[in-house]
Amino acid sequence: MAKKAQSTLINMFLSLTVIAIVAAAALALVNAVTEEPIELAKQKKTNSAIKAVLPEYDHTENLDVDGSSCVLAFNANNELVGVAINSGSDKGFGGHISIMFGFDTDGNITGYQILETAETPGLGAKADKWFAEGGKGNVIGKNPGTNNLKVSKDGGEVDAISGSTITSRAFCESIAAAYEIFKKI
Amino acid sequence: MKASDIIKNGLIKENPTWVLILGMCPTLATTTSAVNGMSMGLATTFVLMMSNIVISLLKSVIPDKVRIPAFIVIIATFVTIVQMVMQAYLPSLYDSLGLFIPLIVVNCIVLGRAEAFASKNNVWHSFLDGLFMGLGFTWALTLLGIVRELLGGGSIFGHSIIGGADGMLLFILPPGGFLCLGLLMALINRLRKNAA
Amino acid sequence: MKLLNISGSPHVHSDESTKKIMWRVNLALIPMLLVAIAYFGLNALLISIVSVVWCLLFQWLIEKFIMKTPSTISDGSAIVTGLLLAFNVPATKEMILLVGLGALVAIGIGKMSFGGLGKNPFNPALVGRVFLLISFPVQMTTWPTAGKLFPMTLDTVSGPTPLMLLKEGGTEALPQAWELFLGHIGGSLGEVSALAILIGAIYLLCRKIITWHIPVAFIGTAFVFSAILWLVNPELYVDPVTSILTGGIMLGACFMATDMVTSPMSKVGQLIFGAGCGLLTIIIRTWGAYPEGVSFAILIMNAVTPLLNRWCKPARFAC
Repeated sequence: MAKKAQSTLINMFLSLTVIAIVAAAALALVNAVTEEPIELAKQKKTNSAIKAVLPEYDHTENLDVDGSSCVLAFNANNELVGVAINSGSDKGFGGHISIMFGFDTDGNITGYQILETAETPGLGAKADKWFAEGGKGNVIGKNPGTNNLKVSKDGGEVDAISGSTITSRAFCESIAAAYEIFKKI
Repeated sequence: MKASDIIKNGLIKENPTWVLILGMCPTLATTTSAVNGMSMGLATTFVLMMSNIVISLLKSVIPDKVRIPAFIVIIATFVTIVQMVMQAYLPSLYDSLGLFIPLIVVNCIVLGRAEAFASKNNVWHSFLDGLFMGLGFTWALTLLGIVRELLGGGSIFGHSIIGGADGMLLFILPPGGFLCLGLLMALINRLRKNAA
Repeated sequence: MKLLNISGSPHVHSDESTKKIMWRVNLALIPMLLVAIAYFGLNALLISIVSVVWCLLFQWLIEKFIMKTPSTISDGSAIVTGLLLAFNVPATKEMILLVGLGALVAIGIGKMSFGGLGKNPFNPALVGRVFLLISFPVQMTTWPTAGKLFPMTLDTVSGPTPLMLLKEGGTEALPQAWELFLGHIGGSLGEVSALAILIGAIYLLCRKIITWHIPVAFIGTAFVFSAILWLVNPELYVDPVTSILTGGIMLGACFMATDMVTSPMSKVGQLIFGAGCGLLTIIIRTWGAYPEGVSFAILIMNAVTPLLNRWCKPARFAC
């Protein structure tokens, strides 16, 4: 076996420096290779969320309203068909929930997608299907301006997820917040 | 030392989860489903294998007094590579494992094997040790993930077994992780004892 | 030649035995069982029987096949656990099945995995109950309303409990204090009637199986703390009398916090233990996500018990 390097200052300095330089070089290389796919994956995620919440559209345009990012969707004739708005609430059972809502030009909800959630699996996490079409608390097609989109226990017309009133309230709060932004556009 | 001993050590006799009881944080946190548990295990296996090889190669040029920082830099490099590759090509898996991928750096198994094995043995044995310690970790996490997913959600690897039932939520939540780990550890050690 | 066996003091002779104590506790639980059957009928009876039978069976199986020790099921402690577990679940037909899982966790994990009666740090019935609550939150929080007396049907109408009404933010729909006292309200099997609980508790006090320290400290602290909240804002918080008569405070304070194995030994320790339970209960009720906090509060204080035992060691005389 080769003789072990002694712990002299110069040896320690050299070995750590060389290891750090090689590590940095390796990481730079991997970063260069993966940078583009990472960016693409992120975009794909946002795009698929926008697609899920909005009706058929041709192209989109980004817009900032009061610090929240919105996406305006146009059809081939350059007419506005819908708006996707990032919304959320801090009052979820597991803290912050981030939800993207889609509205058509009249303010009817066309869809929603939960982007980030820490709700309890099996309870609050059911929100991804519960409020969608066919779910018990369907909000699709309803208009927050004319329909009272609150949990039924609070006098509204949305059926809360059984066992997860808190998540349902946070969801309804997010709708209200998104609609506030919608009205400003 | 025989290669077969190293293999047996990693998989059963000195299994990192059931016997050494190392790396409990990712074990408990990521095993909410079988897929998550297995992916976490495989990611750790890659890091363990690569860092064991490199550290074994460099063992004679790293002075003793700075060996820990040197090991950590090497381990962190491989962890960051895993993280970036996963983020680029397996984004949904990256989302569900999230924070726990970077935390492989501080997983005691990785540094433990570097210190206890790779810095004292040749490259071939270190490679075997890293691979099979990693696989030992992987099967433990996969088993834990399967049990927790089955009890907590009524499915295995995402395929529903018990139709329509919600399962016992506790097992997906943190306390269920502790309960399952304890019960499985008791069961496996009893089996080991009976076999011996 | 060996004439005498010399042992250290104290030389107190008592005919108390674990068996006797446990059967007396069971006797004290009977008023609650009768009230539960009166209000919730067949479901209550079935849940209690099923829960007790599973507890006995699991204890017998574990002792015979895993621990390989002589059976201790005749000491009655599994029956206490089974009854207390049944008293902590809502009387719906789903629970007749689910209570079996609760019994497995209560006996298997809560008691036998620590080595059996006397070695468990947590109250087994509460371990089973919290397991059920976290695993089946929907079923465990669907309470039947107490309808006419002795309903002999399995199907029930679900309704809110007083505590759920509070959590939803309304104090006007609450039942009157006397209704709470007699127990004609929605809730878990054993917690509805304060009167039945008091009868059982007084019997245990007379038999010197429990002392007044834990129940009084528990209920007293809960009363004072909720009174303070109520005085600060009577619109938002419930009055202290309703507060201590609703939910599981009475049942928890008299029968579960007083469990000999899991509560402190010294009087001072017991007072601190009870006060901690009361404080935590009101904190969880007021600011927590769950409407009720008694079981969590008692389990948390169970965990503190060894520290209290060490801290409040009574002064030793002589030696």
